[in-house]
Amino acid sequence: MKSHELDTPSKNEESDRRFSDFERTGVLKGHDFSRAASDPESTQALTPEGCSRPSVGVFFTGAERPNKMNEGFSPRPAPDQLDRRDFLKFLGGGLLVCLSPGMAWSQESGRAFGGHELPKDISAWLHIDADGRVKVFTGKVEVGQNIRTSLAQAVAEELRVPFDSIDMIMGDTDLVPWDMGTFGSRTTPTMNPQLRNMAVAGREMLLEMAAKRWNTDAATLVAASGKITTSDGSKSLTYGELTRGEDLVRSVGDPPLTPATEWKIAGTPVPKANGRDFVIGKHKFPSDIVRPEMIFGAVLRPEGFNAKLQTLDTSPAEQIPGVKVVRDGDFTGVVAHEAFTAQRAVAAIQAKWDVPQQQGNQGLFEYLKANPEGRAGGPEHQTGSVDQAYSAADVKLESKYTVEYIAHTPLEPRAAVAEWNNGKLTVWTGTQRPFGVRDELMETFQLSPKQVRVIQPDMGSGYGGKHTGEAAIEAARLAKAAGKPVKVVWTRQEEFTWAYLRPAGLIEIKAAARRDGTLVSWEYHNYNSGPAAIGTPYEVANQLIQYHPAKSPLRQGSYRGLAATANHFARESQMDEMAHALNMDPLAFRLKNISNPRLKAVLQAAADKFGWNTSKSAPDRGMGIACGTDKGGFVAACAEVSIDTATKKVKIGRVVQAWESGAIVNPDGLRNQIQGAMVQAIGGALFERILFANGRIQNPLFSKYRVPRFSDTPQIEVVLLDRKDLPSAGAGETGIVGLAPAVGNAIFAATGTRLRHMPMTPDNVVRA
Amino acid sequence: MSEFVLNVNGKNYKVSAPDEETLLSVLRNRLDLTGTKYGCGEGQCGACTVLMDETATRSCSIPAVAAKGTKITTIEGLESTDPRNGKLTPVQQAFLDEGAFQCGYCTSGMIMSATALLHDNHKPSEQQILAAMNGNICRCGTYPRILEAIKRASSQMANGGAR
Repeated sequence: MKSHELDTPSKNEESDRRFSDFERTGVLKGHDFSRAASDPESTQALTPEGCSRPSVGVFFTGAERPNKMNEGFSPRPAPDQLDRRDFLKFLGGGLLVCLSPGMAWSQESGRAFGGHELPKDISAWLHIDADGRVKVFTGKVEVGQNIRTSLAQAVAEELRVPFDSIDMIMGDTDLVPWDMGTFGSRTTPTMNPQLRNMAVAGREMLLEMAAKRWNTDAATLVAASGKITTSDGSKSLTYGELTRGEDLVRSVGDPPLTPATEWKIAGTPVPKANGRDFVIGKHKFPSDIVRPEMIFGAVLRPEGFNAKLQTLDTSPAEQIPGVKVVRDGDFTGVVAHEAFTAQRAVAAIQAKWDVPQQQGNQGLFEYLKANPEGRAGGPEHQTGSVDQAYSAADVKLESKYTVEYIAHTPLEPRAAVAEWNNGKLTVWTGTQRPFGVRDELMETFQLSPKQVRVIQPDMGSGYGGKHTGEAAIEAARLAKAAGKPVKVVWTRQEEFTWAYLRPAGLIEIKAAARRDGTLVSWEYHNYNSGPAAIGTPYEVANQLIQYHPAKSPLRQGSYRGLAATANHFARESQMDEMAHALNMDPLAFRLKNISNPRLKAVLQAAADKFGWNTSKSAPDRGMGIACGTDKGGFVAACAEVSIDTATKKVKIGRVVQAWESGAIVNPDGLRNQIQGAMVQAIGGALFERILFANGRIQNPLFSKYRVPRFSDTPQIEVVLLDRKDLPSAGAGETGIVGLAPAVGNAIFAATGTRLRHMPMTPDNVVRA
Repeated sequence: MSEFVLNVNGKNYKVSAPDEETLLSVLRNRLDLTGTKYGCGEGQCGACTVLMDETATRSCSIPAVAAKGTKITTIEGLESTDPRNGKLTPVQQAFLDEGAFQCGYCTSGMIMSATALLHDNHKPSEQQILAAMNGNICRCGTYPRILEAIKRASSQMANGGAR
């Protein structure tokens, strides 16, 4: 879990303070990576590498079934606001399977599972309706990574039902069990096996029920296509027919999962579950939610970070018909019946701010090194003696690498609709952590868990940038004051300025090898960017690897792959430089120092597909290679770049990337993720960079902050290695790490210039 | 404040809105046509693209009142005239067939821009597609699949399918 990244979710956002005291916000103060060791998800979820397998409870419920039960489970807002007491009534009869951590199960042995009391801390639920439809409840959310589809495939596979009979209920805190959040590429390695466990348990129960009814041995029966059938085909019952009217409580042990080699639904390229809704504009994203009598809100922003309010005149806003100004401590916002009017009103407010002098881009990396955050921890990894090995080695290189702050810029900015009803707050919002946002709302408004419901409609992406509940709190504050539901949608400028950023960082490396190409020493220091994938996957006898948290001048937090991008950029650039210093082929040098067969396999696969051994670099055309691993995924990339020798402009012409993350659950979704990660990586590699000075973001618009576009996209080839013998790992993040170093190495191969700064801009080529 | 009639997806809507209010704001917040998305407010990302008399237009960058007298089509108003496609246009169907989305937030704008391109030019070259689509941002990075979808729709339309 060392590399598992997590921004600090414990200190809740206090939006009123946020404006006057930026330092107090949770995520701002640097990501507390040390928390990863006690990541609640790792204990709640009981991953396969955890100490105990989860046990599975199966029980039936015979509660009365309401008339229109399906309405409440649609991705659209539920008509009624349910609490957990209503939940089982809502489900009605059928088979309910609950997964519970094994330890908790035994410790709470006195606890009654009968009736309708559900165990706490269960991490997933599965329900088979009397009509045979399957509802799966999970706190994981769909943000474009296609997990709604791939989780449904896994359940369909184990339960032996058609894919279309599954409804995934995701990210609604009143309907789904508690979940830490959707980040760290954890859904496939944790939630997928949990759901499969429950589906197998459910299938076994159904087989036993049919066996009892027919007075035969369950082992002679077949479960397929939502039916139990006798081996001779003479008798058959649908799952719905079997579960109807049942009311049973049972728990079962660890059921054997279907091996990937036998998968029929999992492992196939099932299209996005609700894809049609997206091409006809029907899907309701968080910013599309509309509630009866809903009005619109906007929030007054300070002129800069850490600004103190000097004077405030809200009367120009109040003079606009239909506008109400809301003040609550340092929070100032407006509501109006029209979104346009709310924006106009907040712009009309006259506020004077005192913005203190603050660190900007100028001297940033020296600042990060000179300003450690908290107590210095020990090294992440230490073996042998780097000092001795380095001084005695044949070939030595010492280098510094830097990465800038970059923004996630999800195309849908933060958005929320908040509604108060008899003291209960319901918020529809885009977040990767619905339960985290619920906690923030509970703390801000002093509410109990039952008084807050957060609903996360499938949203316009996140990339690690939507862990927090700013818009939810703002909408709730305004709705409370207005007495009506309020929608808040952040502008692009607000999203750039008041969300959080991927950390900037400085990385220093001292590396040494013998003349035969054997790495002997690797000393590595990362300042502020983070410890994800900080270790080297190469065999090196003497290592000292250390992460140094720093006081970040900007609010920073999680990002797709987070520090794995910076750490791969630095390490793979350094490896390339070592290879050239040793006069070795960069592929051969890597292979010589790798023992991990999975890493070797992706490296070889990418090189083969690319034609590495037959490709030659020239001054206007370079080839580069890089590889790495993080979060259970293995990646290797080969890039070809062309360079305009006059302008020094770099164009990526072709990238081949090989990927392996165990057994593939959905090859089409996986290919899409890997391809998308490579395209997104182009921005950080070549042009994305937050410009800031004195507490102000200077390029908070797409016209000033360039993200990858169609014309930047190279020819992309993805090679997927399907290891059906290995558990499936997550693939949302690590596909982003290979491109930047492969491109930097290609630029070096063409020009002889080593770029050690991300983004690798043309002026860096000239200057270096 | 002006009162005017907007023709959207073949229907006339009586709108009362300030002169400066954008077409995007009117579509989303007054007419509840939320398929058209906000992405940047400065015409840089294409998420808000609609058709005005068949021309791709950034609805965040024009006042709604300026659209009166035109025929506006949003993603909700696309409908195939070719019964072979069901109700989906060749462009919509091609996005579905290619899986040309991840989160899907840019999809409406992508489909509207591609629809306008193929309306004017049934067989665009790769360069013409890039030029027409470069103002649309997909942060999930599905550009290669969107290009394939546009080519697929183009070849289907060349084979006799209409928008």
